[in-house]
Amino acid sequence: MNRRVVVTGVGAVSPCGPDVASTWAGVVEGRSGIRAITAFDTAEYASKIAGQCWDFQPETVIPKRDLRTMDRFIQLALVASDETMRGAGIAEDAPIKLRTGTLVGVGIGGLASIENMTRTLAEKGPNRITPYFIPSTISNLAPGQVSMRFGLRGPSFTHTSACSSGAHAIGEAFRAIVRGDMDACVAGGAEAAITPLGVAGFAAMRALSKRNDAPARASRPWDVDRDGFVIAEGAGLVFLEERDHAVKRGATIHAEIVGYGASADAYHLTQPAPEGEGAQRAMRAALADANLDASAIDYVNAHGTSTPTGDLLEVEGIRSVFGAHAAKGLWVSSTKSVTGHLLGAAGGLEAVLSVLALREGIAPGTINLDNPEPSLQGLDLVPHESRRRKLGYVLSNSFGFGGTNAVLVFAKA
Amino acid sequence: MKNVSTDRADILNRMKSVISEQLEADVASLTEKTSFVDDLGADSLAVVELVLAMEEAFGVAIPDDEAENLRTIGDAVDYVVAHAGSGGKAKAKAS
Repeated sequence: MNRRVVVTGVGAVSPCGPDVASTWAGVVEGRSGIRAITAFDTAEYASKIAGQCWDFQPETVIPKRDLRTMDRFIQLALVASDETMRGAGIAEDAPIKLRTGTLVGVGIGGLASIENMTRTLAEKGPNRITPYFIPSTISNLAPGQVSMRFGLRGPSFTHTSACSSGAHAIGEAFRAIVRGDMDACVAGGAEAAITPLGVAGFAAMRALSKRNDAPARASRPWDVDRDGFVIAEGAGLVFLEERDHAVKRGATIHAEIVGYGASADAYHLTQPAPEGEGAQRAMRAALADANLDASAIDYVNAHGTSTPTGDLLEVEGIRSVFGAHAAKGLWVSSTKSVTGHLLGAAGGLEAVLSVLALREGIAPGTINLDNPEPSLQGLDLVPHESRRRKLGYVLSNSFGFGGTNAVLVFAKA
Repeated sequence: MKNVSTDRADILNRMKSVISEQLEADVASLTEKTSFVDDLGADSLAVVELVLAMEEAFGVAIPDDEAENLRTIGDAVDYVVAHAGSGGKAKAKAS
């Protein structure tokens, strides 16, 4: 008999707020988290807008003395993990901590630290590099710091797959618990790449929106006037737990994770494969893993980044996988329209939002979808307003540069 | 840094403020006998970081083999008093 895995804790820091409640409220009410960048001077930058974590106050959770030992992406992970662990309610001396993993996906890592120390190296020489540079910068210190803070002693490492990192981490944590490698896991993603080099890099790929005069309207998946994604930062984590253990201790079960599928396009650096072929295979694999017919899915939290090509190819893939159901009954929306694109943290945050969608019976709307692409007619993209109905199954898509795909399926508890 | 003072009391006060900033310690609780590791809980990385901060603040170079001997605030103050103005070697810049 297969071990089942449930979600008993959630945590988030996003442009919409420093916790799950404020993030969920912002997403459901369609209050954009996108504003003009304040992290650095954008005078020379083509794209000057982002979803920074505006209300993030790491010192409320992390001792001030420790802040300089970790880059911002680790601080975001730690603060989200604090909320996740408090919600899960795992006792200080609970034996399960010995078998609780920490798998926090990160797309890029400590970019700000690299930029700062590169400057120090050039201006002051190698002897002025802080000993915290490496532990601040390397990606696995996100899960590493989480493991240390809470004494979680199961497997700890980082999945890196660009903008699907968080989803891969959750999928692999799910697998590891089913296999019996661990009994629980803090899983998801964290990212903080709104830095001069990060924004310049994505801008060089012509990937970013340049709607600088109207930040809140810049992230507009599937709209005819979309012009690229809006870079954002944050963290989204879930506490995954073997179901029997959660039931026995009387934990609050927010949702169950029932399917995971992953694939590669094997096609191009950044462009998805024609017809969303790789995405299709990942969606089909996740549905097969969950032993579900596509028609069972009520809501798809799409990858939907607001890029000209990617948005269309994802929908092509969805249409192919869901067939007639795509045109009748299936809701598809992009919460990135509100949050912007959290890169490696996106899959983690969107897993949290998928879990809340199931728990609350609300599918968040796609804001800024004023003029949907004509070719998307017939598909319900939940424009503008969030909608209420009982949701049984939610599928969450995450795709990354390099042609990597991860799909998660959650079920109502 | 505007001028390098060699007045010991002045250096002690500034040393305390550097340490307080680096290790989140209450300035009032610091004495010459306060040990970085035993009293303030600094680990090996924190000590390296602290030495970097001292080099910046006082414009002195503190080589690794000398840094190993700096266990208390008093040790560090003595070192700075004895080596004030040696900063050119470490290229320490006032911040």
